[in-house]
Amino acid sequence: MFELPSGAEIQAIIATLNASVGFFIPEIFLSALFMLLIVIDLAVKDRKNDLLAMTTLLGLAGSMYFIYQQHAMPAGEFFFGMYVLDEFALFFKYFFVVSGMLAVIVTMADDQFDREVKSIGEYYAIVVAMVIGMIMMASSADLLMIFLSMELVGLSAYVLTGYFKRNASSSEAALKYLVYGAVSSGLMIYGFSLIYGLTAQTNLLKISAELAVHGYDPLVMILATLLILAGFGYKIGAVPFHFWSPDVYEGAPTPITALLSVASKAAGFALLVRYYFISVPHGLKPYEDFAGIDWHSLLILIAAASMIYGNVVALWQKNVKRLLAYSSIAHAGYILLGIIVMDKLGTQATLVYLLAYFLMNFGAFYVVILIANKTGSENLDDYRGLGKTMPLAGAALTVFLISLVGLPPTAGFIGKLMIFASLLNKGSLYMVLAFIGIMTSVISLYYYMLIPLNMFLRDSTQTEQRNMSISMTARIVMVALMVLTIYFGIYFAPMMEFANYSSAMFGMKFQ
Amino acid sequence: MLSIIVFLPILAGLVILAVPSSQKQVIRIVSLLAALAQIVIALLIWRGYDPSMAGIIAAPGGSPAGSFQFIERLPWINIDLGNFGKLNIEYFLGVDGISISMVILTALISAIGVLSSWTIQKQVKGYFILYNLLATAMMGCFVALDFFLFYVFWEIMLLPMYFLIGMWGGPNREYAAIKFFLYTLFGSVFMLLVMIGLYFSVIDPVTHNHTFSLVAMASQENYIKGAILGPDNTLWRYVAFIVLFIGFAIKVPMFPFHTWLPDAHVEAPTPISVILAGVLLKLGTYGMMRINFPLFPEVFHASLYVIGIFGAINIIYGAFCALAQQDLKKMVAYSSISHMGYVLLGLAAGNSEGMLGALYQMFNHGTITAMLFLLVGVIYDRAHTRQLDKFGGLASYMPVYAGIVTVAWFASLGLPGLSGFISEAFVFVGAFSSVTTRNIAIVSVLGIVFGAAYLLWSLQRMFLGTRKPDAAYDLEVGSDGHEHIHFHDWKGKLDLDARELVMLVPLAVIIIALGIYPMPVIGLLTTSINKLVTVLTPVVMTSMN
Repeated sequence: MFELPSGAEIQAIIATLNASVGFFIPEIFLSALFMLLIVIDLAVKDRKNDLLAMTTLLGLAGSMYFIYQQHAMPAGEFFFGMYVLDEFALFFKYFFVVSGMLAVIVTMADDQFDREVKSIGEYYAIVVAMVIGMIMMASSADLLMIFLSMELVGLSAYVLTGYFKRNASSSEAALKYLVYGAVSSGLMIYGFSLIYGLTAQTNLLKISAELAVHGYDPLVMILATLLILAGFGYKIGAVPFHFWSPDVYEGAPTPITALLSVASKAAGFALLVRYYFISVPHGLKPYEDFAGIDWHSLLILIAAASMIYGNVVALWQKNVKRLLAYSSIAHAGYILLGIIVMDKLGTQATLVYLLAYFLMNFGAFYVVILIANKTGSENLDDYRGLGKTMPLAGAALTVFLISLVGLPPTAGFIGKLMIFASLLNKGSLYMVLAFIGIMTSVISLYYYMLIPLNMFLRDSTQTEQRNMSISMTARIVMVALMVLTIYFGIYFAPMMEFANYSSAMFGMKFQ
Repeated sequence: MLSIIVFLPILAGLVILAVPSSQKQVIRIVSLLAALAQIVIALLIWRGYDPSMAGIIAAPGGSPAGSFQFIERLPWINIDLGNFGKLNIEYFLGVDGISISMVILTALISAIGVLSSWTIQKQVKGYFILYNLLATAMMGCFVALDFFLFYVFWEIMLLPMYFLIGMWGGPNREYAAIKFFLYTLFGSVFMLLVMIGLYFSVIDPVTHNHTFSLVAMASQENYIKGAILGPDNTLWRYVAFIVLFIGFAIKVPMFPFHTWLPDAHVEAPTPISVILAGVLLKLGTYGMMRINFPLFPEVFHASLYVIGIFGAINIIYGAFCALAQQDLKKMVAYSSISHMGYVLLGLAAGNSEGMLGALYQMFNHGTITAMLFLLVGVIYDRAHTRQLDKFGGLASYMPVYAGIVTVAWFASLGLPGLSGFISEAFVFVGAFSSVTTRNIAIVSVLGIVFGAAYLLWSLQRMFLGTRKPDAAYDLEVGSDGHEHIHFHDWKGKLDLDARELVMLVPLAVIIIALGIYPMPVIGLLTTSINKLVTVLTPVVMTSMN
C-alpha cells in the first residue's frame, strides 16, 4: 500500500527539512555537546571530572545564545508539524538549560560522587541528553514526537537515577523508576493510538481540527484521556501516578533528584499544557455528555488529591529528601491549579510558579547536599544543632523552605499569589480549589518548619567537633539562589513580564 | 519620614550582620540606637501630625493626599498583563488617626524591648537581627496603606517571632512556637484570598485600574458591580468578612482562637512577651478597624451583636482563666485576653465613644501590659519561678518593685486616675448607648469585678503577708539587725536596678499622665474615629412611597 515518493516529492521533503533545520539550532548544538562530552570522556585520562563539568557548563551556557536568537523567529511549526517554536517553548528551553547548568553545579558540590563512583564518565553527557529530551518535550506538537522525546528523557533519567551502581538504594530507585516509566509509557502510547484511531492524525493542531469537525465517541475519548493522563501524570508526579517519586527521589543522587523534581516535572507540565490546550478541546458537546467527565474535571480531581496527599503524607517523613519528594507531589497539585483555569492568566501563573519552584527547590536540594557532605546523612534527626555550626546554610535553607510554604517576601509567595489570583479571577467557581490550596499550604508549614526546628531549636547530640565549613563556591551559589528567591519575592515584575511574554502558544484557541 | 521609621531597625539588623558575634555590647547598642531613633522620629511625626485631617477614606476627588498624612506613594510593581489590565502594586505609606497612636506605641515598646533584651546572653547576634526584622515588620503593618504591602509586612512578622520564641524561649518552646506560627498563618492565608478577591473587585477612582490601595477599598463606590466582592455579591462579601475577621481575631486573640497566646507568652522570653502583648495583639484589632470593617461596612453592621458577644466572652472568660492561674505570667497572659475583650466590645458598640474607647484601650493596653510582662520578667530573673505561692511579703524587701507593681496592677484593673480607666469607661459608655450592645455591656461589667479579684489576689499573695515556707528566696537577718531576703544564685541588685527602672518608669509616667490628662492621645484620634463611624454607618434609604 505504500508507494515510493516521486522525485519531486523527495525534493519537496528535502526542502522542508532544510528550511526546518534553521529552527533547530539549539538542539543540534546540544547534541554536538553530548557527543563532545563522550569523546572527552574517552580521550582524556586523568582529572577529567572538572574538565567534563566545565565543558558541560560552558556548552549549556553557549546554547542559550542560540536560544536567544530564536526570539527573532516567527512562531510556527516545522519538520512537517512535528515540532513548534513559540514563546512558550522558548521559556522552557531556557528553563531546562539553566536547570541542567544548576544540576552540573550541584553535582560538582556533591561529595557523594567521589565516594560512590571512580569516574564521573558519561554522567554529564547523559545530563545533556536529558536536557535535549526535555527541550523537545516542550516543543513537540505531534504524538510521535511527544512519545520519542518523553522516552529520551525517561531513559536518561533511569540511567542517572541508578548512577551509583554499588549503592543499593540508588539501583532500587532506578529499577522502580524504570518499571513505572515503562508501564505509564505503555498506557500513554495506547491512549495515543486511540486518539489516532479517532482522528487519523498525529499532529496536535490537526487532531483538534478533526475533533471539532467530526466529533467523537465520548467513551473512547475519556478512555484515551485517562490513558494519556497516566503518562503525563507520571512525569509531573501527581497523585495517583506518584508512587515512584518518594523512593526515586530518596535513592537517586541528589543532583538528579533536584533535576527530576524541577526540570522533568516542568517538562511534564509543558507537555500537558500544550497537549490539552491545543489538541483536545474542553467542553465540546458530545464529549461532555459522558457524565460530564473530561480531562478538565479529571485534572481538578488530580490537583486536589495531589495537594492533600502530598502535604499530609509529608508530615510523617523522617528523611529530608523523602520529605521534599512528598512536597513536590503537593507542588504538582498547585501548579495544576494554574492549568485548570485555562486562560492566559492561568498559564502565566503556572510559568511564574515554575520559575519560583525552580529557585526554591534547587536551593533546598543544594543545601541538603552541602549538609549531607558534612554529616553524611539526610535524616531529620541529624539536622539537630546545624544552625549553630552552619549558620549560613541554615539561613539559606530556611529561606527556601519558607518560599516553598509560600510566605512573603519570597518567590514562592508570588507563585501562590498568581495561582490563587488566576483561580479567583474565574469567579467563585474555583473557590473550593483555592480553599484546598490555602488549607494545605498551612499544613505544609508544619513539616517544612520541622527542618529549621531541628537546625535551630534543638541542640546537636554529636559531641565531637566536625569541620563544617563550606567552600567559597558553594557559599556563592547558595547565597545567589537565596538572594534571587527573596529578590523575586519583593520585585517580581521581571518574572511576571517573562511569564506574560511566554504564555503565548502556537495554535492556542483562547486568550 | 515613614520609610525611615519602618526600615531603621532592619538597617540596624544589617549593621549587626557585619559585627562579629563576640561583640555583644556593640550589637545591643546598635539596636538600642535604632530604637531610640525610631522614638525620635515617632515624636517628630506626632509633632507634625494635624489632628484635624480625618484619614480612613480618600479626600473628595479620590486622592488620599488631603486625608492621610506623611504619605509616601511609589509604584512598586506595574506590569501590563494584556487583556487582564495592569497589575498595580504600590509602595504606599501614610498615617491617620487610627495608626498614629499605634506608630508611637510601636516605637516606644520596641525600644523598651531592646532594653529588656539586655539580659539575653545566648546567640546575641541572631537574636537582635530577628528582633530588628520583627520591629520593621510591625511598624510597616501600621503605616502600610496598600493591602499587598500590609500583607507582606504581616507575614514577615511570623518567622522572626517563631524563632524568637523557639530559640530563646522556655522548656516547652518548640510547641509554643509552632502553635503560634500555625495559628496565625491559618488566619492570614484566608486574608490572602480576600485580598485577591478585593483586588479584582475594586477600581482606583483616579487611575481606573484595579488596585490594592486600602484607601480606595474603603470607599464603597469604588467597587465594581458583579465582581466577586462587588456590592451585589452579598454571599461572598459575608464570607470574606468572616474569614478576614477570623484572621484578625486570631491575632487579638479572640475566644475561641486564643489558645496559642498563653503558651506563647509562658515560653517566650520577657522582651518577646512585651512585644507580643504590647504591639502584636493590637495588629489584630487595628486590622479590623483599618481593613475588615470599613471594607465591608454593611456586614459589620449586621454582625455588631456577634462581635459584642465575643468581646464579652473574652472579657469574662479571660478573667476567669486568669483567676485560676498559678503561674504569674499565664495570669497576665489571660488578663491580656480579657482586656482585648474591651477593645472588641468597644468596636461592637459601633459609635464614636465605643470606637474611641477601643482605640485608646489599644494604646493603654500596650503600655500597661508591656509593664506587667516586664515586672513578671524582673521577678522571674531573680527567683527562676513564677508560681504565685512561692513568694509572700515581697513588699517589705523590694519596696520600689512593689510600688511599681502596684501602679501597673491598678492601671490594669482600671483604677480611676490611671489610663486604663479612661479607655474602659469610654468603651462602656459607648456600649451602653448602643441598643445592640447594651445588655452585653451590662454583663461585661462583671469582667471588671473579676479583674479586680485576680489582680488584687495576686498582689496580696506575692507582696503582702510574710514569706511563704517554700518561697523562692531565703530570709536572713543582716548585720544591721534588719531582715533581708536573697534569691539563690542572683548576683544583681535585689530591688530594681537602673536598667529596669529606665524601662519601667517611663511607662509608669505615661500611664499616670494619660490617666489624668488623656487629651494628647485622644486628641489625635477623634477626627478619624468620627470619620470611621460615618463610613461604617449604612446609608439609610429613605422610603419612596
